Amino acid sequence: MSNISSPDRPASPHPAAADDLVIAGKAFRSRFILGSGKFSLDLMRAVIENAGTEIVTLALRRVSVGGPGNILDHIPPGITLLPNTSGARTADEAIRIARLGRELTGSPFVKIEVVPDARYLLPDNGETVRAIEVLAREGFAALPYMHPDLVAARAMREAGAAAIMPLAAPIGSNRGLTTREFIRILVEEIDLPIIVDAGIGRPSEACEAMEMGVAAIMANTAVATAGNVAVMARAFGAAVEAGRLAWRAGLGRRLDAGAEASSPLTGFLRD
Amino acid sequence: MQVNGEQADLARPMSLGAFLSDMEIGASRIVVERNGEIVARDSYDTTMLSAGDVLEILYFVGGG
Repeated sequence: MSNISSPDRPASPHPAAADDLVIAGKAFRSRFILGSGKFSLDLMRAVIENAGTEIVTLALRRVSVGGPGNILDHIPPGITLLPNTSGARTADEAIRIARLGRELTGSPFVKIEVVPDARYLLPDNGETVRAIEVLAREGFAALPYMHPDLVAARAMREAGAAAIMPLAAPIGSNRGLTTREFIRILVEEIDLPIIVDAGIGRPSEACEAMEMGVAAIMANTAVATAGNVAVMARAFGAAVEAGRLAWRAGLGRRLDAGAEASSPLTGFLRD
Repeated sequence: MQVNGEQADLARPMSLGAFLSDMEIGASRIVVERNGEIVARDSYDTTMLSAGDVLEILYFVGGG
């Protein structure tokens, strides 16, 4: 007899029929957030469509006369714009950039980055908490990029963050889920969407993070530096979705030693 | 005046709206900060610039 009703089978822990990502009360179908840096504006529309993404991050910079055109002309309608505060090294600078970004998007969503370290681009969790305190009071939906530290994540939640965006590895490094143990703790302890941001290099790493129960993945460099940007965007979208389904299903159990046949051991040559 | 970190001379008294159109900068998808304060888009034409102003004229670019 086949072993269909294994006692090891976990109850499907997350069978929600509707499985939207909800951030600050806004629902999204896709759990893949795309960064728009480092690739040509001409590819933007195809990359967004391939990724199936509904949220795209942007940076604010000085206008350059005769520059490459306006990125907003290349982003399809219906996409939620998530301006970042890149360039900020202090809370005050992040607050200033956030306010400028909101003036352009007309929406409260902002990704807070406070990065005083130029070599490793590691975030200042303390200054980030300070920025969230001010911005949340002004009605922003603040999504802080952060080093995955439980104490800091709690402080960010307390300050009014709408989600938490822990780094997987240094920005732009494509080195993968190097902080997995600490991100796992955030998933268990913080009741906000945990969105892995920075360092994810491959779709398999995005999938693994989703299997762990993070709410979403953000990637930019992994897509932008791929051989084919649009096809990689599709690969990431699929991997994020697969990881989410795996989390909802509940992973099968793992044997620490030995083996267990998947085919029936009896019924032919050995009776 | 200082515009995006560079010196710029005001040839004549003019509004922010006129300055932007002289610079051939479309007003629709930019945000302007004047002396540290965001200028509301609907007041570009009534905001008169003066010689000591510090302007930041910003727009979105690709970024993570």
